[in-house]
Amino acid sequence: MDSGNTAWVLTSAALVLFMTPGLAFFYGGMVRSKNMLGMLMQNIFAMGIISTLFAIVGFTLIFGDSGNGWIGNFDFFLLSDVDTLDGDIPGMALVAFQMMFAVITPALITGATADRLKFGAYALFIAIWSIVVYVPAAKWVWNGWLLDRGALDFAGGTAIHINAGMAALAVILVVGNRRGHPNTPMPPHNLPFTVLGTGILWFGWIGFNAGSALAANGQAAQAVVNTHLAAATGMLGWLLVERLKTGHATTLGACSGAVAGLVAITPCAGFVGGASPLIIGAIAGAVCYLALSIKEKMNWDDSLDVIAVHLIGGIVGTLLLGFFADGAIYGAEEGEAGLFYGGGIELFLEQLLGAVFVGVFSFIATFIIAKSIDATMGLRVDEDAENEGLDQSQHAESAYTS
Amino acid sequence: MKLITAVIKPFKLDEVKDALKEAGITGITVGEVRGFGRQGGHTETYRGAEYQIDFVPKVSISIVLDDDQVDSAVDTIAAAARTEKIGDGKIWVTGVERVVRIRTGEEGADAI
Repeated sequence: MDSGNTAWVLTSAALVLFMTPGLAFFYGGMVRSKNMLGMLMQNIFAMGIISTLFAIVGFTLIFGDSGNGWIGNFDFFLLSDVDTLDGDIPGMALVAFQMMFAVITPALITGATADRLKFGAYALFIAIWSIVVYVPAAKWVWNGWLLDRGALDFAGGTAIHINAGMAALAVILVVGNRRGHPNTPMPPHNLPFTVLGTGILWFGWIGFNAGSALAANGQAAQAVVNTHLAAATGMLGWLLVERLKTGHATTLGACSGAVAGLVAITPCAGFVGGASPLIIGAIAGAVCYLALSIKEKMNWDDSLDVIAVHLIGGIVGTLLLGFFADGAIYGAEEGEAGLFYGGGIELFLEQLLGAVFVGVFSFIATFIIAKSIDATMGLRVDEDAENEGLDQSQHAESAYTS
Repeated sequence: MKLITAVIKPFKLDEVKDALKEAGITGITVGEVRGFGRQGGHTETYRGAEYQIDFVPKVSISIVLDDDQVDSAVDTIAAAARTEKIGDGKIWVTGVERVVRIRTGEEGADAI
């Protein structure tokens, strides 16, 4: 055991945990005030239900040594025998760190479906989704066949962001648009909360990406710097395009661009160096801003832009890694590195395969889950409840009282 | 007795209050309101989507006064709240039937 590595991974687990309430406020600021608690609750509830399920079966189905690349076995059912895992950190440190990833991934979807999910149906949805969609994708990418083929995903560009982004699209196709969309204006009710949430996400993302080194070493340090720089240039890229197109650099744009940069650097964080994080972040910021128009063209009420930021940002990062992966950073042969660092097109093609396979799988599986819940218990609140707001109709509470 | 209601630009509230105090008015009630007039609203942009915000924030002032104080109070408010730009607001005066000071039970002019 290495106490330095262990300390860093345990610290990172706490940092990643903090991201989910951060995400709650990032999203919460953008909904209307009558849905504030509904949004916060959907996120905070993920910490309850997903942690529980992950301890029971999630971890073992990713890391239980089944001998196949598709799904783990039950060796670590209820976290039994985790201490038998090989490595220089305790198995329980890996459990703690991975559990926080499992928590935040389904929570990302809530931005797309804001203001209209029944709470009970949502609870069932993320419980099933976590086991049926997240767990296999995480297995393939970090401990399974995609990794074995050579696809790289340092901290979850494919397993988390493309996965949650495609799932978001599938759920909004099942649940439909918010009533009044797009004619009724639904501007954010409290952007200061969104700024606060951005700060928490940015802070936590240091652990999310650099903790994924599973060691306190040079790669982790590189990942800290890469993460921070991509957020910085993500902000600049978004604001530049926004300013050119609308005449203003907005606060929400600065926050969105930073998150877009963070999403894109996630798969790359431990595999790139030099100027690459600056370039990847800037591209993500600009591309994600331009991707905002997708939902408008398709009439998808992706309420808080999960597709533009997480799906597109995840794709940008996952694919750019095929160009920018630098073998010197992570100890790979030159031939295995990205196109700009001595490798061929192979890595890019593996990245593309991973992105497409996980994306298509996520879309189909999520669509079936959402459709099944919708057909049985109903996924969406009725008209009165939606008009009244989720705070009152789902939780019998108010976010703001005087 | 009259009720003066004025809807003004929020940033003008302090100037209006000071001018009214100067003019000897002993009490006003204010509220944050939203509305539109000929100014219309304004636009706000969130993630590239432009929203027309019809209701702009204003401050409403209510003052109950004896008839002989009304004209000077209206003039005072108008002078202090005026920027000569669209959206300065409006002042209107309505009749008041009865006024009671809750603490003492005084009525009418004594209660003002």
